[in-house]
Amino acid sequence: MTSFVSVENLSVRFHAAKPVHAVNGVSFDLAEGEVLGLLGESGSGKSVTLRALMRLHPDKVTRYGGAVRVDGQDVLGMAPAALESFRGKTCAMVFQDPILAFDPVYSLGRQITETILRHEPVDQATARARALELLERVQVPSARRRYDAYPHEVSGGMRQRAMIALALACRPKLLLADEPTTALDATVQIQVLLLLRELQKEMGMSVIFVTHDIGVATEISDRLAVMYGGRIVEQGPLAEVMRDPRHPYTRGLLASTVTGGMRGRRLEAIPGMPPDLTLLPPGCAFAPRCGLAGDDCRAAVPPLAATGRRQIACIRAEAPCAPA
Amino acid sequence: MSLVLHKPAADRGGPAQPLLIVGGLRKHFPIRGGLLGRNRGAVHAVDGVGFQVGKGEILGVVGESGCGKSTMARLLARLIEPDGGEVIFDGDGVGAADGISIRDLRRDLQLVFQDSFASLNPRMTIEDSVAFGPRIQGLSAAEAMRVAHDMLGRVGLEPSRFGGRYPHELSGGQRQRVNIARTLATRPRLVILDEAVSALDKSVQAQVLNLLLDLKAELNLTYIFISHDLNVVQYISDRVLVMYLGQVVEIGPVDSLYRDARHPYTRALLSAVPSVDPERRTRHSPLTGDPPSPVNPPPGCRFRQRCPHARAVCAAALPEPVEIAPGHRAACFMADPASGYDSSPTEGGR
Repeated sequence: MTSFVSVENLSVRFHAAKPVHAVNGVSFDLAEGEVLGLLGESGSGKSVTLRALMRLHPDKVTRYGGAVRVDGQDVLGMAPAALESFRGKTCAMVFQDPILAFDPVYSLGRQITETILRHEPVDQATARARALELLERVQVPSARRRYDAYPHEVSGGMRQRAMIALALACRPKLLLADEPTTALDATVQIQVLLLLRELQKEMGMSVIFVTHDIGVATEISDRLAVMYGGRIVEQGPLAEVMRDPRHPYTRGLLASTVTGGMRGRRLEAIPGMPPDLTLLPPGCAFAPRCGLAGDDCRAAVPPLAATGRRQIACIRAEAPCAPA
Repeated sequence: MSLVLHKPAADRGGPAQPLLIVGGLRKHFPIRGGLLGRNRGAVHAVDGVGFQVGKGEILGVVGESGCGKSTMARLLARLIEPDGGEVIFDGDGVGAADGISIRDLRRDLQLVFQDSFASLNPRMTIEDSVAFGPRIQGLSAAEAMRVAHDMLGRVGLEPSRFGGRYPHELSGGQRQRVNIARTLATRPRLVILDEAVSALDKSVQAQVLNLLLDLKAELNLTYIFISHDLNVVQYISDRVLVMYLGQVVEIGPVDSLYRDARHPYTRALLSAVPSVDPERRTRHSPLTGDPPSPVNPPPGCRFRQRCPHARAVCAAALPEPVEIAPGHRAACFMADPASGYDSSPTEGGR
């Protein structure tokens, strides 16, 4: 079986005064219609991985390694013309900050119409009608009026909905979402999450959803991949990872995340801070903060080893919890 | 060399006196525009806010963007002038003739902001930044530096290793520790934390929350903890205040408020928190639409346009807070049996 998205040993390096090793050998597969949550803290490489899937990093300073295949196409080796039609048609992205993603001098509706015209052989009127329909579908109230609104004229939640409409304009098979709800208020965030979940089901899209928020990842994902220091440290079905995290970092992250009912208990913080991506240690990137780490952890990077449907990159990962 | 000078101001009002009493606090920002720069209305950023904070307590403040949380913090510290209302700090009226001067207030009350980088002078080493407040308060350079090193040690930054560094040489979590040290170096009694842990990664956020609780116990502090993160507020607060469009809609002890929220807005806010249980994902959004703008808000209850329970009475008057449990008050007609709220479904209702 070939998967819809296959990322093999992807590495992304940025050339600067000190080279930044942002992504260091990431591999994952994604089936059609599946939602993968990429969970990680700042500097874990989650957004860089996501952008590499559309090759959005500036060519001049970026060096890619490994392979990315989406719908049978080799993204890293694609010619510029093919890449242009790939972006927006096969694969689209929703960013955290829609005000930066929209062009401020064109109306919201016009930008959606233009996207449709760019990728599909339809006339202006059809494209416009479809754009309107999309704005209605993403629950933009009085869509007809908002079609002519400029990005700065609408609220943050509305802009994010319009951004989703723009991304879905050509019915992409893969939607990449980079913290699309992080900047939104709580009551708006949940609306946008539910909308994305609904649209994903309806259109049967594959989605890769990057977030730092465990709650958001739980609401949206089927499968969860946890990133640290530019690598995936644990991966598996959402419920399994949440119920029984095995990698010490995943455990630490879940334990240090404040949820209801933790009042009065001291938080189990992970000591230290995330690694510097210009100076990664030779072994496991988490070893300096890990209570279980030994010399063998610091000697070599532990491989992502599969046990059942889980993959864990730790040589000291604890055995699965015995069924109660 | 002694540091007698450098103690928190004495407890003037005694333990029963609330450290802070706020009544009718109001700030409107006029909006000018049009041909002649006429007044086109006002942002009702803070509109008649009243509450108390007891000594040694942590009051959590929650609400969405634009609800006036941060404006309120700035009003309390007098970084901006209020349009009305009074603030009483440990029994003394702030800015009143016989009360506490703004200068003294700023010593007793300090703020920590969200953006750890913008809060520090990029051209000062962190030990100089932390020593700056005590210097202004009249300590000698050497004494101020001793205070700074003591505070840096308390927040977990070894002064000999970190003291000489500049803000850009630190991580976000370390910078926020510096801000906390700097805030505490003037020995305040009340610290307002305005989204102080929101920009930090979860693993680092937990460290800083632990630190805040330790320092509070060690130094006898009182906190006002402003955040949009309801989980964190529940974790850290003794009492919680919920704001909506510049007003207090509900306030109460944390357990009572989280267990038995009475204002429909509080309930919506609580059920909008993403689930961390894959088996119990959120199915329905509690509210539709975005929070309205605080420009020229409608008369009556400000939440009524988004409220599924709104009735005619809600448009007629602004609901006053009523007590529904000890210390737990909600400004909603549904919580007030005397309001004349008709709970029967509206025509075509659900």
